[in-house]
Amino acid sequence: MSKFKLITDGLVKNNPTFVLLLGMCPTLATTTSAINGLSMGLATLFVLVLSNMAISAIAPAVPDKVHIPVYIVVIATFVTLLQFLMQAYTPAMYETLGLFIPLIVVNCIVLGRAEAFANKHGVLESACDGLGVGLGFTCSLTVLGLVREILGSGSAFGYNFIGGHDGMLAFVMAPGAFLCLGYLMVLFNKYLKKN
Amino acid sequence: MAAKSNLTNMVLALGVTCLLCSAILGGAFVLTKEPIEAAAAQKTNRAIAQVLPAFETASERQFVEALGKDFPYYEAKNGETLAGYAIESTVVGFGGNLTLMVGITPDRVVYNTSVLSHSETPGLGAKCTSDPKFVSQWQGFDPSVKKLIVRKDGGDVDAITASTITSRAYALAVENALVAFDTLYAPDATSGATKPVEEGGQSNE
Repeated sequence: MSKFKLITDGLVKNNPTFVLLLGMCPTLATTTSAINGLSMGLATLFVLVLSNMAISAIAPAVPDKVHIPVYIVVIATFVTLLQFLMQAYTPAMYETLGLFIPLIVVNCIVLGRAEAFANKHGVLESACDGLGVGLGFTCSLTVLGLVREILGSGSAFGYNFIGGHDGMLAFVMAPGAFLCLGYLMVLFNKYLKKN
Repeated sequence: MAAKSNLTNMVLALGVTCLLCSAILGGAFVLTKEPIEAAAAQKTNRAIAQVLPAFETASERQFVEALGKDFPYYEAKNGETLAGYAIESTVVGFGGNLTLMVGITPDRVVYNTSVLSHSETPGLGAKCTSDPKFVSQWQGFDPSVKKLIVRKDGGDVDAITASTITSRAYALAVENALVAFDTLYAPDATSGATKPVEEGGQSNE
């Protein structure tokens, strides 16, 4: 499989949000605006690429019965690293995403890719897979955040275009998250079936 | 794929992984410690500068006891004269703790407020940081003239639309900061500190 195909697969055919329905918790909770969705996606992308690479490198040496704990320790290390970096250099974003950064450890996308792909493939291929899936996650979260922000607060990427009026607040809150996600999923899968 | 498991290699694999990971994290912690502290200090300093009129020096973080809890505060001075106190005040909002930095000048007027942290609903209570009408009313808010209660409850504080609970909490945080301020600073020893819990009518000359 070519490296390029690995990346596009993660974006479309194996899109973690709209096709595999993985990582729903951060997806629903952090996509109150396009910027938040984008940042959450990028944070996950960072962890995904690094953990995929590290796990593919150490997989042959890890005994079968303890492979899950070892993988989790590796993933948790990268997440904590990310946490330190965000706290130091993007404190505002760290506060907004709050709890959902440490929760990347238990995001099933990350462990899922380690189990399903990284421990059977080379470092470079695993990096591409992580990049593809991470980009897929980032794009989905950004689109979902953008739709919710436009409907809910009448702005896009923080730029307000309806003046001092309120948007449809329901879309900023949990019910709107489910609604938007559902409709976007329908659109995405309809497009996939056509091709 | 993976090697066959036996006790030795399992213990070894886990042990080595944990050791390596903790070493990496220890290193990262040391390296990022300073930037993290700098970022936090910068945030605090910006908040102090925002809630008080121009000042030359601000003190370290100190604590004053009022209402049975400790209020962190910073004392800002121009030379020897007091420019004001920036007081951190935490109350329970709608979604969790709401922490404000409240700047109070020696004439017992709120100079400005700034939200340090909150967990209010995005799009509703979270507007306490951005709603221009709500935010601007705190600039120069004089508790001896205006009642520190939301309009709905008979006071003079304009609430955020659909977020009365957050607005009430915000007003309470400001009020608590004023109580802490009175503990800190009594302008006239003979009149003593006023009790801001019974709002209105009282004034310090």
